[in-house]
Amino acid sequence: MNKEKKLQMYREMVLIRRLEKRGAELYQAGKIGGFMHLYIGQEAVSTGIVAAREPRDRVITAYRDHGVALNCGISANEVMAELLGKATGMSKGKGGSMHMADPDKNMWGGHAIVGGHLPIASGMALGDQYAGNDNVTICMFGEGATNIGYFHEALNLSKIWGLRVLWVCENNEYGMGTAVNRASAVSDIRQKAEGYRMKNGRVNGRDVLKVHDAAKEAIDYVRTNSEPYLLEVETYRLRGHSMGDPERYRTQDEVLKRKENEPIRTFRKQLLAKKTTTAKKLDEIDAEVDVEVQKAIEFAEASPEPAPEALWENVYVE
Amino acid sequence: MAKITMREAISQALMEEMDRDPSVFIMGEEVGVWGGTYAVTKGFYDKYGPERVKDTPIAENAIIGGAIGAAMVGQRPIAELMTINFAFSAMDYIVNQAPKLHYMFGGQFKVPMVIRAVGGGGRQLGATHSQTPDVIFAHFPGLKVVSPGTPEDAKGLLKSAIRSDDPIMFIENATMYQIRGEVPEGEYTIPIGVSKIQRPGNDATIVTYAKGLELSMQAADQLAKEGIQVEIVDLRSLRPLDMGPVLESFKKTNRAVIVEEGWKSYGIGAEIATRIYTDAFDYVDAPILRVAQKEVPLPYNRTLEQSALPQVTDIVAAVKEVMK
Ligand SMILES: Cc1ncc(C[n+]2csc(CCOP(=O)(O)OP(=O)(O)O)c2C)c(N)n1
Ligand SMILES: [Mg+2]
Repeated sequence: MNKEKKLQMYREMVLIRRLEKRGAELYQAGKIGGFMHLYIGQEAVSTGIVAAREPRDRVITAYRDHGVALNCGISANEVMAELLGKATGMSKGKGGSMHMADPDKNMWGGHAIVGGHLPIASGMALGDQYAGNDNVTICMFGEGATNIGYFHEALNLSKIWGLRVLWVCENNEYGMGTAVNRASAVSDIRQKAEGYRMKNGRVNGRDVLKVHDAAKEAIDYVRTNSEPYLLEVETYRLRGHSMGDPERYRTQDEVLKRKENEPIRTFRKQLLAKKTTTAKKLDEIDAEVDVEVQKAIEFAEASPEPAPEALWENVYVE
Repeated sequence: MAKITMREAISQALMEEMDRDPSVFIMGEEVGVWGGTYAVTKGFYDKYGPERVKDTPIAENAIIGGAIGAAMVGQRPIAELMTINFAFSAMDYIVNQAPKLHYMFGGQFKVPMVIRAVGGGGRQLGATHSQTPDVIFAHFPGLKVVSPGTPEDAKGLLKSAIRSDDPIMFIENATMYQIRGEVPEGEYTIPIGVSKIQRPGNDATIVTYAKGLELSMQAADQLAKEGIQVEIVDLRSLRPLDMGPVLESFKKTNRAVIVEEGWKSYGIGAEIATRIYTDAFDYVDAPILRVAQKEVPLPYNRTLEQSALPQVTDIVAAVKEVMK
C-alpha cells in the first residue's frame, strides 16, 4: 500500500473521531435528537474494510453508521446536516443519525432494526448475481446481531445460492449492556460460519492495516469464488451504546485499559515507527480535519429545516 | 393515596406480583444488568437474581416463543419487548401462536403470558422506531390488548394481566413514564376490559386511551375555559373493547371525537365510530371526528415529526367542530 493511501486512511479515522466528538457536544446541546450511536474506538474497522473495496462494491451497515458513511465518501457536511435534521442531509433530515445512505457512493444505509439488514444484503447480492456482475456486497453488523434469526437465514441463503457477500461482524464485546459471552453460545463469532460451511476469518480491529489486508483477501475470495465469507473483527466501543447510556455493565477501568491501544493512536505509532511520515504531517492532517468538521457544523447550522410539505414527500415513489 | 409516576406504578406492579407468585419471571433485552432501557426494572436484577430477571440475546422470536412455551407448562412469564417496533420481528408468535393455542387445541393449552411493549412517537427515533401500531394487535381474537393512560390504571391493570390465564399485550408509551398520578395504597387490581370515564362532562364525548388520554385531558382544560365540558372515556383495553361507557356518554352528549396516536386509516377511531353509528344512530347530532397521526412514516426532524403527531390543538379544534 502506498503512503498516500495510508495517510488517507489516517485522515478518515481522525475525521470520524472528531466529527463524532463534536456531534456528541451538539447532542448535549440539544441540537441533535433521537438515538445517536458513536463509532469512537471502532474507526479502524470501517476504514480498513471500505479502503479494501472496489468502488462498485456495495456497503450496508447498522445504525452505528457515521464512520461507514464518511469512509464511503459522503461529505462531513451532509453527515452533520443529517444529524441536525436539515434538508441538506443526504436523507433530507428524515433519517437522522441511524439512517445515512448514498447509493451513488455505494453506501446502502444505516439500518436500525438489529440484524434486519442482513437478509437485505443477501438480496442485494442476489440482484447482482441475477444481473450477471461480480460486485461484492459488504454487510457490517454487531456481534449482538448474530443471535437473531435474520443472521442465520441470511448466511444460509448466501451460502446455498453462492451469493457474493462479505459478512463483517464487528465484535465490540457488547450488545448494549450484554457481554458477548452472556448472549452468544460462542464468543468467537466466526465459528458460527462453520455451521454453514462458510469460509471465515478473524482479525484485530485495532490495527487498520490488518483489517484492510484481511478484508482485501476476503473480498477477492468472494469475488473469485462466488461464495460468501464471514470476517470477524475484534473491536471495542469506547463510548456508551448510544448517548445517555449509564454504562452499569462495565467498569471505567476496563474502558481506560482499552483506550491505551485504541486504533488511531495505534496507527499513528505505526506510521511514525515505520517512518512512513512525520509527526508534523500527521498533526497537519489533524488540524485540517478540525477545520473540515468546523465547516461542516457551520454548513449544517446554516442549512434550512425541511419544508413542511416534505412530510408528505417520499411516502411512495408514485 | 400516593402520587407516583407511571414508571413507578408499572415497576410496583411487577414487583408485587413477583413477590406474590414465584412462577412470575421477566425475560427480555437489557431487563437485568442494565435495569431496563426505560429503567422500569431498575433494581430487579439485584433483588430477584438472574433466574427471575433474565437478560436475553437480541432474539425477539426466542423471547416471545420462549415465553409461550414456559407459560404452556405452568409458569407466568412477562416477556419484554424493548420497544413495540420489535414486535414485528416476532409477529408470528404474537399473533399467530399465542392467541391460537388455547382455541385450536380445544382448550387444552393455556398461555398465561404478558408481553410488555413500549411504543409511541415524538422522540425523533425515525420511522422504524416510533410507531404506535396498537390496533394491529387488537385485530386478533385470542389476544388481549391493554394500554393504560394513568399510573393507577397501569398498576391495577398490569397486576390483573399477570394473573390472567390468557396472553396479554400490555402497551406502554415511552413519553408517559414521567406522568404522575394518585395510586391507592396497598393491594388492588383493575379488571381488564372495562372502559372508564376519566373526566365527566355533558357537551361532547372524547373516546381515547393511553397517550391520547394525556392530550385529551389538556384539551379538556382548554375547552373548559371556553365553557365547553367534554366527557372523556378511556378505553384502557382495546380488546376486549368495552363500549358501555362510550355509548352511555354519547347518548348524553350526541357528539364524539376519537383520539388515538396511531394512524387514522383502519384505526381505533374507525372501529369506535362504526359502533356508535350502529348502536346509537338515533343519538347522532354531528359527524363523529377522528384525531390521529398523519399517514406517513414518522420522520427524524423534530418539527416534521411533531407536525405528523396528533396535538392538543387538533383535539380542541375537532371538539369545536362537532359542537357546531
Ligand atoms: C430487532 C431489534 N431488537 C432490539 C433492538 C434494540 N437494539 C438496538 S442496538 C442493540 C444492540 C446491538 O448490539 P450489536 O449487534 O452487538 O451492535 P453494537 O451496538 O454493539 O454495534 C439493541 C438490542 C433493535 N434495534 N432491533
Ligand atoms: Mg456489539
